[in-house]
Amino acid sequence: MASKRAKIFSITTIPGFTTLAIITFLVLYAPIATLVIYSFNGGTSVAAWGGFSTKWYAVAWENSQVQEATLRSVFIATLASAIATTLATMAALGTTRRGKYKGWNFIYLLINQPIMVPEIVTAVALLIFFASIKVATGYTGLGYLIAAHSAFCIPFAYLPIRARLEGMDLTLETAAGDLYARPFTIFRRITLPLLAPGIAAGAMLAFVISLDDVIITEFVKSAGQDTLPTYMLGQLRRAATPEVNAISTALLVLTVLLLTAFFVLSRKRD
Amino acid sequence: MARTAEQKKARDGWLLSLPALTLLILAASGPLIIIAIYAFLTAGEYSGVIWDLSFKAWFQVLFEKDIFDGTVSLADAHLTIFWRSVRLSLLTTLLTFTFGLPTAWFIATRPLKQRALWLFLITIPFWTNLLVRTFAIMEVLRVEGILNKILTGLHIIPEPLQILYTDTAVLIGMTYVYLPLMVLPLFAAIDRFDFRLIEAGYDLYAGRLTVLRRVILPIIRPGIVAGSILVFVPSLGAYVTPRVLGGGKKMMIGNFIELQFGAGRNWPLGSALALILLLIVGIALIFYVRASASENKDG
Repeated sequence: MASKRAKIFSITTIPGFTTLAIITFLVLYAPIATLVIYSFNGGTSVAAWGGFSTKWYAVAWENSQVQEATLRSVFIATLASAIATTLATMAALGTTRRGKYKGWNFIYLLINQPIMVPEIVTAVALLIFFASIKVATGYTGLGYLIAAHSAFCIPFAYLPIRARLEGMDLTLETAAGDLYARPFTIFRRITLPLLAPGIAAGAMLAFVISLDDVIITEFVKSAGQDTLPTYMLGQLRRAATPEVNAISTALLVLTVLLLTAFFVLSRKRD
Repeated sequence: MARTAEQKKARDGWLLSLPALTLLILAASGPLIIIAIYAFLTAGEYSGVIWDLSFKAWFQVLFEKDIFDGTVSLADAHLTIFWRSVRLSLLTTLLTFTFGLPTAWFIATRPLKQRALWLFLITIPFWTNLLVRTFAIMEVLRVEGILNKILTGLHIIPEPLQILYTDTAVLIGMTYVYLPLMVLPLFAAIDRFDFRLIEAGYDLYAGRLTVLRRVILPIIRPGIVAGSILVFVPSLGAYVTPRVLGGGKKMMIGNFIELQFGAGRNWPLGSALALILLLIVGIALIFYVRASASENKDG
């Protein structure tokens, strides 16, 4: 037994692979770690260490531009993920468990299109399209950003919901139907509760995707509509201070929390 | 009777999908058609377009006409940008594969209980804000950054290197940013790999390198194709990474497209470039679909 285990071990080992893998993990996390560490730098530069301090978090917290951009980002991400998740749930119900009907491929392709087309292409297309609407209607509000974000979040919300639906047991719904429950009652009392973890996971992915978006937002936003990522991109032209590190770290922590929740939800099987 | 049930299923399917499709057509897919139209119009003097049919934009993609004597020559600046985009995207694919294969192999050969954790460690950077990751790399690469401190501290180089704002910086950044896109499909392929085949190879007196080259790589080929396309496509369309790490000078196609809608004031040229990018991506995706189809057949 012991000798067999040793033999299997030697088979799956390729010389140098483990070393390279460890190096890869280190290289993957080293820059992020550096970024986080320097967010606690008491000095004014991102290069020279000036003692431990949380002052840049205070600076970022009190920066009115950062406040506005953060609120705007969260507002857009909340609305966009709510819209995207609702539409994606309906679309998932419409494209799962009813076989492949005429036009199914078209629907599936259109839903997943935002993942496939390079973002810069969609961004310039939206720039042209929305610019002409802005001229025609005079409306320059946040509606454009919310519409664009909702649209590109749909595939990210759709995928986990559809995966959940496909893995769902049909017997409970059939049983409810046999007991003369109306279709809407079946949906509300059985399908929806079973689907809930998938919907929550989809909503979280959509929220993260919206919160992280740079390119489409940069092209669609009107003056004074910076989100946190576009504000950070704009800060590049100035001398970098650890304030950007502090904002990045806060964003990082938020993403990791949401992702952990996503993984816990999507692994939940009941 | 059965036929009407089928029809009802299809009708309900369309009705349920309709709201999502409407929004997608309005705010994602539909505007792409505008680009296809604008690429064949005349550029406006300040911005926008004049509604006159013109193929000038397509001509300008590769050639330039001298304003004074009217001679036509290849647009060297454009060619440099195309060449940089293709070269850096291919190198990024190669580098992510070089580091991604051992990493995916490492994860796939961990005990079952540890695997999810290692995979999670790969996915976290993938979902982390692209801008945040690019910033992180930027700080590492600075003249006074940590990489130069380590290299000079170990006396590997006498003077700090100016890496930032070079092609190398863009390459390092894209490799860093897109690595998870290579690891995940490679892992999926290796995870299904029957390790007894390696044993069979050794029993037949194959060396380690022969086993890797003749047994492992051919079998996980669909994963390699998938990973390569998943890395190559966003690399080719990259915008944020070259903008931040290339410092505006080392442009790639994505930045070049943006320039035409900004300071370049040539919307038709920008649209033509966007269409070309879309076309290349479309071709790559067809390869991807074929590769995953053959993978399903094998599995």
